[in-house]
Amino acid sequence: MFGVVVLVFVFMRFTPGDPVDLMMGKAGNVTQEQIDALRAQFNLDAPIYVQLYDYLKDAVHGDLGDSFKEQRPVTELINQTMPATIELSVMAVLFALVIAIPIGVYSAVKQNSLIDRLSMGVSFLGVSMPAFWLGILLILIFSVKLGIAPPQGRIGNGTGLVHVTGFYILDSLITGNWAALKSSLSHLILPGVTLGATMAAIVARVMRSSMLEVLCQDYVVLARAKGLREFTVIAKHALRNGLIPAVTVVGMEIGALLGGNMIVETVFGWPGLGRLAVNAIFNRDYPLVQGVVMFYAFVFVMANLIVDVLYTFINPKITI
Amino acid sequence: MLEISNLTMAYATKRGNVKAVNGVNLSLGKGEILGLVGESGCGKSATLLTLLGLVPYPGKVINGSIKFQGEDLLEKKPAEMRKIRGKDIAMIFQDPMTTLNPVFKVGEQIRESMRVHGFMETKEGNWWQRREKNKINETERVLQLMREVGISSPERRYFEYPHQFSGGMQQRAIIAIALACSAKLLLADEPTTALDVTIQAQILELLAQINQERETAIILVTHNLGMAAEFCHKIAVMYAGEIVEQGPTDEVMENPKHPYTQGLLRSIPKIGKVRQKIEPIPGTVPDLALLDETCPFYPRCNQANEACSRQRYSLRDIGAGHLVKCAIYG
Repeated sequence: MFGVVVLVFVFMRFTPGDPVDLMMGKAGNVTQEQIDALRAQFNLDAPIYVQLYDYLKDAVHGDLGDSFKEQRPVTELINQTMPATIELSVMAVLFALVIAIPIGVYSAVKQNSLIDRLSMGVSFLGVSMPAFWLGILLILIFSVKLGIAPPQGRIGNGTGLVHVTGFYILDSLITGNWAALKSSLSHLILPGVTLGATMAAIVARVMRSSMLEVLCQDYVVLARAKGLREFTVIAKHALRNGLIPAVTVVGMEIGALLGGNMIVETVFGWPGLGRLAVNAIFNRDYPLVQGVVMFYAFVFVMANLIVDVLYTFINPKITI
Repeated sequence: MLEISNLTMAYATKRGNVKAVNGVNLSLGKGEILGLVGESGCGKSATLLTLLGLVPYPGKVINGSIKFQGEDLLEKKPAEMRKIRGKDIAMIFQDPMTTLNPVFKVGEQIRESMRVHGFMETKEGNWWQRREKNKINETERVLQLMREVGISSPERRYFEYPHQFSGGMQQRAIIAIALACSAKLLLADEPTTALDVTIQAQILELLAQINQERETAIILVTHNLGMAAEFCHKIAVMYAGEIVEQGPTDEVMENPKHPYTQGLLRSIPKIGKVRQKIEPIPGTVPDLALLDETCPFYPRCNQANEACSRQRYSLRDIGAGHLVKCAIYG
């Protein structure tokens, strides 16, 4: 985490472009004094190591500074946009797992069947398709042509949703606002599918190959020899073992998911962290970029921790 | 109890039907132990799997019948076959290290086999009481079974996972699974091959004990003729999917008739003989896809005569229940 913070800090300041120039514009109506004052306000006139020291000193106290552009605390901005991103990511992961695991298992059980070949072909497409292109494609088909899903934003106008947690699905469930639930779910679908597509494709392939391996194991024959139904043999004895590699892959893919957030949120105008980060980078909003990246690093570490803990549940050979 | 006649199972391959089990006839009475002996790849395990109705893809039974307790298993529907599998006929596998499912507790794996068949089911109370009662009865029986097969402190080991068991203990757990529903027929597919010698003896002793106490019939598949001689009442020698010699153990061991059986016996080292020569059987098991209408052992046989290359012979009784399939005996 510390390494990430320092690296981002240094690289941001070496990036061409200056936040003060950007804010003042190149117009001639600003005086040098005004520019210097703004620099001093942002602590940009000090040497870089002093800047870093000051930043870290505040950061350990939980103060990530104020955004240059918004003039509001970075932590507040992150808090505000975080629920949208988490909602989207959870949707994407759910979509990926709900789609990929059954497909992977079915393809392995019916190896070389038409459905196996078809789904593996589609998953090959899914792996190779860039998210922004898939996103635009989905908007064109489902929003523009068919008009069944909204292309932009998190929720429709006039649903009167009361904000409780910031998670719109949760909020609408708590307040019993079904119109808002329907609206926020329909807004979630396209970005969720776009974000989860790559993960779904990868998980389906991993699931298929691990199930193929598991299905030839002696314990599967034993399960059949016990007189179990074929469904129980696969869903209980084989799946528990086949899931182990898939969980590993999901853990690794979470990093890719965070990166994908930026693209998908930009394409779908999703008011989340990813878009916040992209805008912050364009505005050379140093504290905001640092804050968001720090948060991403934190989420990544936590996600991998959760995956490791999950491991101990599905694989008894591993204990904490 | 078990009457297999003319059983033929073949794998459909690009090179045609490969008959892994070819016209096998076997019979087994209650409490009998039959040894099925032969080299690797001669169709021993395939015969067992066919018996259970678990022929591996792309195999298919193309002929014959398996009469078990008067009913033909080959005519049963999959659901009916499931009720027999694990309940009346149970199987013990070759490699205990890979046969138990690594992600479930050993005790639960033993309990599962009686739960599927409702072996300890009670009829009293509502569904919740029944459920709880079943669980208690089943767990009790699991602990008792674990004790019977020689797993010490079963109360603790019930909750352990397979990787915490040694190979010998895993095989005992698998035997407990096979005994869970008091199966009448045990199919033991080389149950001691993956274990070291002292454990092998213990496992065989355990199987013999089960056979005597419960009158369980056992088919023991092995490539170890010595083991079969010590343990089995009857021996059937298989070669290339066919039974070439069959009879009571003493008769077959002391008076082997088929050149293949004789070869197998000659290739066993004998304790006490100094600087003896072990005679291997020359050549290897033939490619099952290339078998024609001649004796499959003909190319490797040291007693082959000109007649062997012309036609195939069927099993012939030469007295005292001793059957041989060889041209020498007509």
